[in-house]
Parts: sequence; structure tokens; C-alpha cells
Amino acid sequence: MSAVPISWFLTLSAILFALGIAGFLFRRNIITIFMSIELMLNAVNLSFVTFSYQLKKVDGHLFTFFVMVVAAAEAAVGLAIILTVFKNRQTLNIDEVDSMKD
Amino acid sequence: MDVILFLIFALIAVVCGINVVLQTHPISSAVSLIGVMGSLAILYLLLGAEFIAAAQVIVYAGAVMVLFIFVIMLLNAGVEAKRGKSFMAQLLGIPLLVSFLALMAWFVQRMYPSATSVKFGEFQGGTAHDIGKALFTTYLLPFEITSILILIAILGAIVLARKEMD
Repeated sequence: MSAVPISWFLTLSAILFALGIAGFLFRRNIITIFMSIELMLNAVNLSFVTFSYQLKKVDGHLFTFFVMVVAAAEAAVGLAIILTVFKNRQTLNIDEVDSMKD
Repeated sequence: MDVILFLIFALIAVVCGINVVLQTHPISSAVSLIGVMGSLAILYLLLGAEFIAAAQVIVYAGAVMVLFIFVIMLLNAGVEAKRGKSFMAQLLGIPLLVSFLALMAWFVQRMYPSATSVKFGEFQGGTAHDIGKALFTTYLLPFEITSILILIAILGAIVLARKEMD
């Protein structure tokens, strides 16, 4: 057996996505939460490329490409927001950034 | 050979992914995330997506993660403070995640029994030539809109992060 079943790739993608969810929900540092989002985006990219392989079409690669571009833009804006929050509050803990709750 | 390569790099990806979640210092998480992205690039190559693999290394592992590490160092982010989590989260979090994962894996195994399998070199439509062709014909409008999105993102980042001038 020298070929990998396609379901293994999809399962790996699901595992990485679940890890991203875990990090997003359990962590308290805003930068780590942001990195968990990147992890989830990567997991979805793996699914896109796998399906692209299965259908023997290039479209999935294009979707991955657009996800990458949007993720880069998101990282730039998100990190700028983190910088601003830190400048105003001197904290990176999301439990202390809760003024929208009251 | 393909199976061994897949297993090695899938293992690296999963271990690094667990490390991203478990490490308390943001720098350790960031370095683990680079590990995940690098091994994913190898898996993309295995799937015949050479352009995406290169873009993954350059854009994600390169540019985005450098930005992350730059901000971590700039803000001097230290070890995360231990906080008591809510009772419900502690009780339900892990079981719910595991059941989500089990459900996903079950669906995937049901939908894709081992009929189709990945062989290295069987699909060669992922070269820069094919991607460029599709990008500038079928996906021309999304491509142009993406350029506007990036322009807006640059402006937004500059406006948000600049020093206040009085």
C-alpha cells in the first residue's frame, strides 16, 4: 500500500480545526487566540487542497490562495487592533477587556 | 513511501498543534505554529499543490508569523496569567471537543471510504502556470476585489497603529 486514503487528510484537517477551537476557547492571551484562528484557517486550507485533488481541478487551490490573502490582511489589521488595545489598557488578557459587557 | 511521509508530517502537525494550545508563553505557541505550517506545506506538495506549498511557506510561515513574533516582542508579552476557568467550561469543554472531533472523523470515514487515495504525482494541475491561468480568467473579479481589500487593510493598519499626533 503506497497511497494515502483521502479521508486521512480530511481527518487531519478536522483534528487541526478542533485544536484551533480548543485554543480559541481556553486561552486567555489575545495573541494566542489570534494564532488559534490562523490554525483553524490552515486546517480549512488543507481540506480545500484535498478536495481539489479529489476532483482533479485547480479551483480549490484558488480558494486556498484567497484564504491566505484574507488571512494576511486580517493579521495586519488584527495585530494593529491588539497594539491599540495594549496602548490603552496595558493588558493582553481578554478577561480584562470587557467594557462592552457592562 | 507516501504513507510514511504523510504519517511523519501529520504527526509533526498534530504535535505542534497541541503545543500551540498548551504552551503558556506566546513565543512558544508562535514557533509551534510555524511547525504546523511547515509540515502542512509538505502535505500540500504531496497533494500536488506546489504553488500553494510555496505560498504557504512564504506568506504564512514567513510573513504572517514574523508579524506575530514582531508584535509579541514589541509588547513584551509574557507568560499567560492563570485564571480560574468557569465550572461549565472545565466540565464540558474537553468532552464536547472530543465528540465534535469523533463526529467529524466518522462523517469523513463514511463519506470517503478508501476508494480514492492520494498518490504523489498523480495530479499535476497545481503548478504556477495553472493557478495563474485560472486566477486571471475565471477568478479575475475576486482577484481584483482582493487587491482592494488589501489596500483597505493596509490603510486600516496604519490608521490604527500610528502615534496620535496632537
